Amino acid sequence: MRDFAERALNVAQLHGATYADVRLEESYVQSVSTKNGAVDALLLEESRGFGVRVLADGAWGFAASAVVTMPEIQRVAEIAVAIARASALAKREDVDLGPSVVERGEYRTPVILDPLTISLEDKISLLLQADAAMRSIPGLALAEGALECRRTLKTFASTSGSYLQQEIIETGAGIVATAVGDGEVQQRSYPNSFGRHQGTAGWEFVRAMSLVENAPRIAEEAVALLSAPQCPPAITTVVIDPTQMALQVHESCGHAVELDRVLGMEAAYAGTSFLTPDRLGMRYGSEQVNIVADATSPSGLGTFGWDDEGVPAAVTPLVRDGIFVDYLSSRETAARFGKPSNGTVRAESWQRLPLIRMTNINLLPGEWRLEDIVADTDRGLYLETNRSWSIDDKRLNFQFGTEIAWEIVNGKLGRMLKNPTYTGITPDFWGSCDAVGREWQMWGTTNCGKGQPTQTMHVGHGAAAARFRNVRVGIT
Amino acid sequence: MLGKERILELGAQILGISTADETEALVISDETALTRFANSAIHQNVFEVGVEVRVRAVLGGRIGVATTNSIDERSVRDVVDRAVTCARLAPATPDFHGLPEPQPIPQVETFSQTTASYTPERRAADVKGICEAALAEDLNASGAWSNSEIEVGVTNSRGISAYNLRSHASLKTVVMAANSSGYAERTAVDASQIDVAGAGQEAIDKALRSRNPVPVEPGDYTVVLEPYAVGTMLDYFASVGLGALALQEGRSFMNGHLGDRLLGTNITMWDDGLDPRGMPVPFDFEGVPKQRVMFFDRGAAIGVVYDSFTAGREGKRSTGHGLPAPNTWGPVPLNIFLAEGDASKEDLLRDIERGLWVSRFHYVNVVHPTQAILTGMTRDGTFLIEHGQLTRPVRNLRFTQSVLDALSHVEAIGRDAIMLQDEWGGTRVPALRIGRFTFSSATDF
Repeated sequence: MRDFAERALNVAQLHGATYADVRLEESYVQSVSTKNGAVDALLLEESRGFGVRVLADGAWGFAASAVVTMPEIQRVAEIAVAIARASALAKREDVDLGPSVVERGEYRTPVILDPLTISLEDKISLLLQADAAMRSIPGLALAEGALECRRTLKTFASTSGSYLQQEIIETGAGIVATAVGDGEVQQRSYPNSFGRHQGTAGWEFVRAMSLVENAPRIAEEAVALLSAPQCPPAITTVVIDPTQMALQVHESCGHAVELDRVLGMEAAYAGTSFLTPDRLGMRYGSEQVNIVADATSPSGLGTFGWDDEGVPAAVTPLVRDGIFVDYLSSRETAARFGKPSNGTVRAESWQRLPLIRMTNINLLPGEWRLEDIVADTDRGLYLETNRSWSIDDKRLNFQFGTEIAWEIVNGKLGRMLKNPTYTGITPDFWGSCDAVGREWQMWGTTNCGKGQPTQTMHVGHGAAAARFRNVRVGIT
Repeated sequence: MLGKERILELGAQILGISTADETEALVISDETALTRFANSAIHQNVFEVGVEVRVRAVLGGRIGVATTNSIDERSVRDVVDRAVTCARLAPATPDFHGLPEPQPIPQVETFSQTTASYTPERRAADVKGICEAALAEDLNASGAWSNSEIEVGVTNSRGISAYNLRSHASLKTVVMAANSSGYAERTAVDASQIDVAGAGQEAIDKALRSRNPVPVEPGDYTVVLEPYAVGTMLDYFASVGLGALALQEGRSFMNGHLGDRLLGTNITMWDDGLDPRGMPVPFDFEGVPKQRVMFFDRGAAIGVVYDSFTAGREGKRSTGHGLPAPNTWGPVPLNIFLAEGDASKEDLLRDIERGLWVSRFHYVNVVHPTQAILTGMTRDGTFLIEHGQLTRPVRNLRFTQSVLDALSHVEAIGRDAIMLQDEWGGTRVPALRIGRFTFSSATDF
C-alpha cells in the first residue's frame, strides 16, 4: 500500500499539485436478512480501490478507480490534477487548507469478538430464531431480521507527510415485526428503526441485543397497534425515547452544524443551515441541552482514529448549556475562521470525495431516570422508535412520526396510540426541553445521505430519553 | 470502459466456473464525472471509474450472492466461490421459481458519444456561464453538472446474455438571493441536448421573482405544482405501493382495489423503460426486457411492476423491474410517466381565487403507506395565487397530504411534460392543478 500511495502523491506533485492525499481502501461486508422463516438475502461483498484528491492552481480535483495497479495509480493521479486545473477555470479564490497536518499511526476498532469470524450458519440461525419468536404471535403478517458485519481497511497518505492505517469494524442487527389489516400497516422495530442497530464493535454488540427475547414483545405491539386509537391532534408534552432522540439530534443539530452546509457548499442538494456564523452564541435550546461531537465514543459509528483528511479524532462541544458554540469542520472550512479542523471529514468509500460528516453527535445525559420523567408528567405522550422524518432545507421546520406512542396520564403510561407524529421549529423545540434522561446509550444511523454524487454515511448518536413541552402532535 | 466483448466474456467465465444449479452474473462498469459548484465557483470536481461483478448462485432453491470489483482471474474465481458457499449455507427460499428465461432484448437508443466525451474543461466552462450570469444579478449559484457512461451486462445459466451501454447527462442548479432561491434541472442521454444556459436562467429568474417572501397561514389550498414537485411526489408514491412485493405483502394502497377507480379519471400513469421520451433502458438487472406497465388508466387501478421472484409467486412473467440481487426491496418502477393534459400556464391559474404555486418539494417522506400520505417542504420558489395571477412570493410550507386524495382532485393538467432524473431512470410528468392540498405548518423563510 505504501508504494501505491507514494506513487500517487509523487505523480500528483510532478504534475503541479500543491497538495495531494490518497486513500486506498478495502472493504468486506456480510449481510444476512430473513423474512417469514426464509433467508431473504445472503450477500458477501468485497470492494477495493483508491481515490486521489489534489489541489492545483488553487482548486480541487478528485479521481478514483477500482484498479489498484501502478499504471492506473499514475493515470488517475494525472486525471485528478487535470480536473483541478479545470476547476480553477471557475474559481473565485484559492483554497486555503490552513495549518499543515502531519500524522502517522494506526487505529483498529476495539472488538472482543471479530464479527467476520462468526459463522454464517450461526448468524442465519440467530435471525431465524428471532423470526420464529415473532411469528409465534397470532396476527403478525411479516417477521423480518437483518444483520451486517463489515471490515474496512484504510490507508491514508498526504504530501504533507501523513501516513495512516486504520481498520474499522462494524456490527449490527435488528428485527422488525409488521402487522397488516383494515387499511393499516403497523410495524415495530427492535433495537432501532431502519432495520438494525449498528456500531463500531464486534459480535458482542449483537449478543447484547437479546433479539430473540425481545421478538415476541414487538410482534404483540405491532398487532395491537392495528386496533389502537389514532394519535389525536393536540399541543402537549412529549417524552421521546432514546432512539427517536438520536434521530432528532441528527436532523435538527447534526446537519445544521456542518460548516460546509453553513457556508453554502451543500446548497444545491440538501440545503444550508439557519445556524449562520453570526448565530454563534445564540440560545439553541434550554440549559438542559448539551450536545457534543465525539469521534472517540466507544462503539459509535462515527468513531475512528483519524478522519479522511488525516486529522485526529476529536471531541467538540456544539451546544453547551443550550448555547450554540461550534461547528463540525474540515481543514478548508475551519481555515476560513482561522481555526484548525476538528476532524469530521469522511467519504463513503474509496470512490467518493470526503466531505464533512457527523461523527457521533451526542446529547449528553441528564439526571433523570425515564420512569421519573414519566411520573413527573401530568399529561402527554411517550413516543418510541422512528417511522418517518422530514425537515426543511435550513433545518428549522421538522416533522417526525414514530412507530408507537403511549398516553401519559397522571404520571403513568396509559393506552397505546397508533400513527403518532410531532412537529416543531428547531430552536423553539429544543428550548422547551425540561428534562434529559440519564440512561444513555450510543445509537447508530446507517443511512445519512449527503453530497453530489450522493454518499451514504454511518454516524452515531448517543442519547437518553428527554421531555419537551407544548409540542404539536397528531398531524395526520 | 470494459466493452461488450469483455463483459459478456466475464459472464461466460463465471458461468463456466460455477458449480451451482443456476448462476447469474451481473457486471456493471461505469465512468462518472461530476463538476459541483457553490457560491458561484467550482468547489468539488470528481471522476470515478468503477466496476462491480455480482454473482447469484442457486443450489436447489438456496440462494447466495457475492460481489467483487476486481476482475482478475483469481478475484473472479473467488467471487463465484463465495456466492456458491453462501448458497450452500442458506435454507431453501420458498416461492423461488428459478432465474428468468431469455427473451428478445429490444433496441433502444441509450448512448451518446457526446456525453461520454464531455471534458472537465467543457463542464467548467458551462458552470462558469451559469455562475457569471448569477453574479451579474448579484445572486449566488450552486449545482452539479455530471456526465456518465455505464455498461450493464447480465448473463445467466438459462441463456440470458444481455449487454447495454448507456450515457447520462444531468444538470441541477440552485440559485440564491439573500432570502430567495430558484431551481432548475435538465437530464438527457445526449449532453448536447441540454441547454445549460437556459437552465441557469430558469433558476435565476425564479430566485429573482421569489425575493422577500411573505408568510402565509398553513391550511388547505388549491395548488399548482410544477413538474419538479409532481415528479418527487410520484416517485415516493410509486415506491410505496406500485411494486408487486408491497401488493403481495398487503402493504400497498392498491391492495383490494385493482380494477377500482382510485384516482381522478383524468389521471393515467404508467412505467415504460423503452419510451425514448424518458431515460430508456432495454432490460432490468436480471436481464429481463422492460415491459410497459399501466398503473392507472383514467383513474382505475390496473397493475404493478414485477421482478422474476414476485412474478414467479403468481405464475406471471417478470415485467422487467428487477433490481440487483439479493433484492429485499422488491421490484421498483424506474421510468414513470404521467399523461399530459392541454393546460397552458394561464389555464392552470385561471379562476383560482386564492391558491399556491409550488416549484418543488424537499425532503419528502412517507407518513402512512396505505393511505399514501406524504410529508415534505416546499422549496425554491413558492408563490401566492390570487384571482388567477401569481402575486407574491411566500415563505415555505410543510405539506402533509395523501397522494391518492390529491390525484383524485386534479382540476387541470399541464401540456408540457418534462423528464426528471432518478438514480437509474427517469420520471416524465407535467404540472398539475390540484383542488385541495393540505399544508400542515410553515417555516421561517
